[in-house]
Amino acid sequence: MTKKNIEQYKIHKEPFYQAQNDEVQLYEAAYVARLPVMVKGPTGCGKSRFIEYMAWKLGKPLITVACNEDMTASDLVGRYLLDANGTRWLDGPLTTAARIGAICYLDEIVEARQDTTVVIHPLTDHRRTLPLDKKGELIEAHKDFQLVISYNPGYQSLLKDLKQSTKQRFTAFDFDYPEAGVETDILCKETGMDQDLSAKLVKIGRAARNLKGHGLDEGISTRLLVYAATLIKGGVEPRAACRMAMVRPITDDADIRDTLDHAIEATFA
Amino acid sequence: METVEIPGQLQPYWAELACGFPRVAEVFPDCMRVALSSLSAGGVAAYIEHARFLGKMGRGAEPILIFLEVWPDVAGEAGEDALPDIMEFIRRMYKSPNGKAIIPFLESLLATARRLHSREQLSDYLAIALDLMERTTGSIHGIHQTFPSPGLPEMFRQVPALLSRLSLGGLKNWVDYGVRYYSDHPDRQIDYFSLQSADSLAVLQRERHGTLLVDNERKLDMYLRGLWRDEDLLIPYSSGFDELRQPIPYYDKLGIRLPDVYSDAHGIAGIDRYRAALAHIVGHRRWTTAIFADNMSPFQRMAAEFIEDSRVEYLAIREYPGLRHIFMALHPVPGEDACDPEKESGVRHRLTMLSRAILDSGHPYKNPHIIEFAQRFHDLMRQGDSNTREMADLAISFVAKIRRQSDQLAKTHFKDTVIDYRDDNRQMWKFIEEGDEEEAFDEERKIEPGEGIKGLPPRHYHEWDYNTRSYRPDWVSVYEALHPQGNAADIDRLLAKHASLAKRLKKMLDLLKPQNKVRIRYQEEGSELDLDVALRSLIDYKSGAMPDPRINMSHRNDGRNIAVMILLDLSESLNEKAAGCDQTILELSQEAVSLLAWAIEKLGDPFAIAGFHSNTRHDVRFLHIKGYSEHWDDEVKGRLAAMEASYSTRMGAAMRHAAHYLEKQQADKKLMLVITDGEPADIDSKDGRILIEDARQAVKELDQQGIYSYCINLDPKADEYVADIFGGQYTIIDRVESLPERLPQLFISLTK
Repeated sequence: MTKKNIEQYKIHKEPFYQAQNDEVQLYEAAYVARLPVMVKGPTGCGKSRFIEYMAWKLGKPLITVACNEDMTASDLVGRYLLDANGTRWLDGPLTTAARIGAICYLDEIVEARQDTTVVIHPLTDHRRTLPLDKKGELIEAHKDFQLVISYNPGYQSLLKDLKQSTKQRFTAFDFDYPEAGVETDILCKETGMDQDLSAKLVKIGRAARNLKGHGLDEGISTRLLVYAATLIKGGVEPRAACRMAMVRPITDDADIRDTLDHAIEATFA
Repeated sequence: METVEIPGQLQPYWAELACGFPRVAEVFPDCMRVALSSLSAGGVAAYIEHARFLGKMGRGAEPILIFLEVWPDVAGEAGEDALPDIMEFIRRMYKSPNGKAIIPFLESLLATARRLHSREQLSDYLAIALDLMERTTGSIHGIHQTFPSPGLPEMFRQVPALLSRLSLGGLKNWVDYGVRYYSDHPDRQIDYFSLQSADSLAVLQRERHGTLLVDNERKLDMYLRGLWRDEDLLIPYSSGFDELRQPIPYYDKLGIRLPDVYSDAHGIAGIDRYRAALAHIVGHRRWTTAIFADNMSPFQRMAAEFIEDSRVEYLAIREYPGLRHIFMALHPVPGEDACDPEKESGVRHRLTMLSRAILDSGHPYKNPHIIEFAQRFHDLMRQGDSNTREMADLAISFVAKIRRQSDQLAKTHFKDTVIDYRDDNRQMWKFIEEGDEEEAFDEERKIEPGEGIKGLPPRHYHEWDYNTRSYRPDWVSVYEALHPQGNAADIDRLLAKHASLAKRLKKMLDLLKPQNKVRIRYQEEGSELDLDVALRSLIDYKSGAMPDPRINMSHRNDGRNIAVMILLDLSESLNEKAAGCDQTILELSQEAVSLLAWAIEKLGDPFAIAGFHSNTRHDVRFLHIKGYSEHWDDEVKGRLAAMEASYSTRMGAAMRHAAHYLEKQQADKKLMLVITDGEPADIDSKDGRILIEDARQAVKELDQQGIYSYCINLDPKADEYVADIFGGQYTIIDRVESLPERLPQLFISLTK
């Protein structure tokens, strides 16, 4: 792979990431040993942003794959394509990462079928190899290569869980929505909104998170708070922005909508 | 008896009235004075004229007395021109056998007029009363009305209370309901219209205006949980029956008690009034610590409560600033000079002013103490959360500053001092001494052995009334029990008798067993080539486009996932011999159900069997023969063998009850098979359509719950009604003797 191609996976500008704990140091330690990492946590709490930040901090290219149900092993590993002269092998993202020494980030890994996820096994233990059956090649992973997966244990069904044999190949971080103070800082820094208004948004968000499991599958994520703040910065009336960005997306249940609307009214006097 | 002298200037009126009752003479001068000052000249003339009529009616002095006393006030509320309507109504009562209702009518008139305000509303009310009278006054030969309406006087006695909770529309519905269901039962009618019967209260509850707690429990639960991270049971108390002393919200270890209904008030919606009450109570739970009450006087305690209430609201508003406008709207603003300190005790008045001044910085008060203490309160709060003790100290010094001699007066100024979203503060106090009593009298009660509950309590179900297109609330009581045991060998014998049929069924069942394969297409790796996709890929390839590599397919076994409920009609008619056969329908059903149960067990679908019959709406019996967790074993067979038929068929309630079991089953498809031999009927239902329409409604409800209902009817004449109930989902079996054969086949074809 050419230099230029590797460059496109590099992150050049520092992404904003507010550490909640000692996760940055722990990740660095895991990277030194090239241990595979799993990040868990509810949607929109900053998992992907954390990985992006770490890739930037370590100066490594990052290849992200959003997993889905229709994904097959060859979507990860690579396949033969047809061209005018016959066939041509094209590396999949996992193979590319292993060759160039990138961090390969499989987002929402449980969305992929279990027979797909087993292809990562040889890369995640002491072997650090990737066999390409169809091509008849065995790739030794680059010394900088690291595999990272993310998943949200909350909303997926019972059927969509990781196999023990997969789980036990990773070190793991548990992510959650940050503390109120930290989350307020995040909103301020990410969107440039003032402290007071940010604190109000966070308060509404926390009200919704208290309802998780009581009609809400998932509370209002930090990401949605950022959306609301962005709308407000763009000149939208705060209440309307909150309803639009924080309440309407997460629920169709009239009672919950009503309660959250009231929370907005009660917070913005 | 001493005769009362009528003053000279009133003499012409007295002569006009021509009334000989001495009791009337006693009050006449006073009444006339009021009338002359408040009524127009024409009004006074009409007043005398109609009073004269009431006096000559032959019903004693009571009607004229009440009329003379209340009319000037009623005229003030509803207008003088309401009088002709009222008199017309009284004449109608007078001419009918309902003369006895005139007195209760007049007695309730003032209270009613106060509730209704306008003349139009009053005449609507009279129309409702007239309708009630005409529909419930009995006659023997259908021409002359001979019996008075039993419910009419009772309704007049209740009407002030009713109108405080119902709109006129609601009152009309409530009256309608009573007339419809109790017009031919005088005692029950009296119970209904005097608010004694459960139905009456249930309908009243349904027709109430305002926001009901039961309808909003979930929202309020979420409000507590989401905004306050608190949770507790919300228990409604009835706010409609204590006219003298309104209960106040409170909380204890059992839960938070709130009124059952809040109407919109002061521009605040009922739901927000609930939220305000909850915010206040949560405030106490969070920030109030109980303090000792023993050393404080009642006034000091009251003041401490007021100021502590203000503190928790202050803190709640600090948390959610939007609460301020709700509290502001609901908090009364007592006029500074509203209370006369010479005549009444103004403690509450002054405390409410202070509370208002704390809440509302734009308050209108000039009293230096109020301003000073509101300021002191805010100074304290600026330093942090403060605490209950500090508030109590503030209260004690406030009481010391504002005390007056008149505070000891028995008459307390209450106007605009009731802050109805606040609780009764019972959790704010603790006592060093529990009480003055030397002995505790409430000994622990021992429950006598053998007093335990027998059987399960009844479950109540609504019943659909097609006449009004509404549900009759909690109309039917369903009692459930395990069916008694019999001899399981009887069922085995029946099965043996149908051995050849069973063999045939078994073949059909084997075909039905979960073995059908489902294709999974678009697989890159699979067990077979999927020709359609492969061809498409080839075409893509030939035309130079990128072919789809997912040209294979694989298979997986698809399982059946059906839960079944078999509901058997066990009414009396099953004891009849089936036409052209020497077995009773009951025996044939037994055979059929046994075979069906055997077949379903073979298939492995979860199923339950239950029977039902009814003896009026108060006693619908639901008998469990087989539960979902049981297997088709001797115990179940025993119950089936003991099946007996009696009473009638109230199908809707039984279906609703069966549905609540079936609904809980985890299955893709839910099937309810109703096996019956006739139309729904019961001895307390004269209108044959009602139970048919109710069953049809039950089928609709089941449909909404995702339950497919299917009827197997053994009545050859069922065409007339069964399609009305089940739509197309039914089979009529004309030859009942073929039932054992047909039933399992039907089931198999239904679930194929």
